[in-house]
Amino acid sequence: MSDPFVLAGKDFSSRLIIGTGKYRSFDEMKAAHAASGAAMVTVAVNRVPLDRKTESFLDHVDPKMQILPNTAGCYDADHAIRTARLAREALETDWIKLEVIGDQTTLLPDNEQTLEAAKVLVNEGFLVLPYFTDDLIMARKLLDAGCPAVMPLAAPIGSGMGVQNPSNLRIMREQLPDATIIVDAGVGVPSDAAIAMELGSDGILMNTAIAEAQDPEQMAAAMKLAVEAGRLGYLAGRMPKRLYASASSPIQGAIK
Amino acid sequence: MISVVLNGEPRRIEDEVTLDRMLDLFSLPRQRVAIELNRSVVRREDWPATSLGDGDVIEVIHFVGGG
Repeated sequence: MSDPFVLAGKDFSSRLIIGTGKYRSFDEMKAAHAASGAAMVTVAVNRVPLDRKTESFLDHVDPKMQILPNTAGCYDADHAIRTARLAREALETDWIKLEVIGDQTTLLPDNEQTLEAAKVLVNEGFLVLPYFTDDLIMARKLLDAGCPAVMPLAAPIGSGMGVQNPSNLRIMREQLPDATIIVDAGVGVPSDAAIAMELGSDGILMNTAIAEAQDPEQMAAAMKLAVEAGRLGYLAGRMPKRLYASASSPIQGAIK
Repeated sequence: MISVVLNGEPRRIEDEVTLDRMLDLFSLPRQRVAIELNRSVVRREDWPATSLGDGDVIEVIHFVGGG
């Protein structure tokens, strides 16, 4: 069955996008990346340490993967815009995961600042993938601003809580049938990823669920299967929920 | 000598140092990095011709693991 995942005109072989943070070693990260089947990975922009040689982190990322720099750690639109511009200059890529955080404890996004930054960056030719609260109205505004996809959270970053508001994702899917929706943040276990996909998300972005697993390589493989299973389940169309039982075997003709 | 702030740290350097020379002075990498001078990105091809002045604020970034 052909089910291409096209994002901003580019074909991706996987609906799973994964991070590069929190791994215990580069080898562990590389093994997890390979097992995940992901075709796009996120990286963070950071100051180069002074007066000492630094290893190039990007040498440990499969060069076939699309690099998606993020604006993590930015708390206002201006800061995120500057970070995006630096990332583009360094990597010669227009892709940016836009993340404007509103609060240090929850790391919940500042949707207002995110929208402001998205408008500026889209005008500058960036392919903006914005992380935001799972809110339909904000999704509409971000799409209207020219974002090729929207990335609602499932739960706070790194919380591993899973999809907290499944109805919000369902509503977003139903009301925005043509939009590309990527659930970003909050997935903890493969069933969370499957649920997000069953709700109609087009993809999932995760980091901590894999990196902080006891065995990241195995968890990455599990997430790959979960994303595929959830996607197939969504496309197959679920049976209706019923309050009461509905026998699978015929009642008539059973021996008395 | 002039005073600049490089990646958040105050530093004293000689006059007329270019961004290109600054990378060598502080043992900074050249590949897949970007430089911001006083909140504006300076394109790679302009590093050799861009001299630092007193009070300049410079950010040199690279990439690290993130989600």
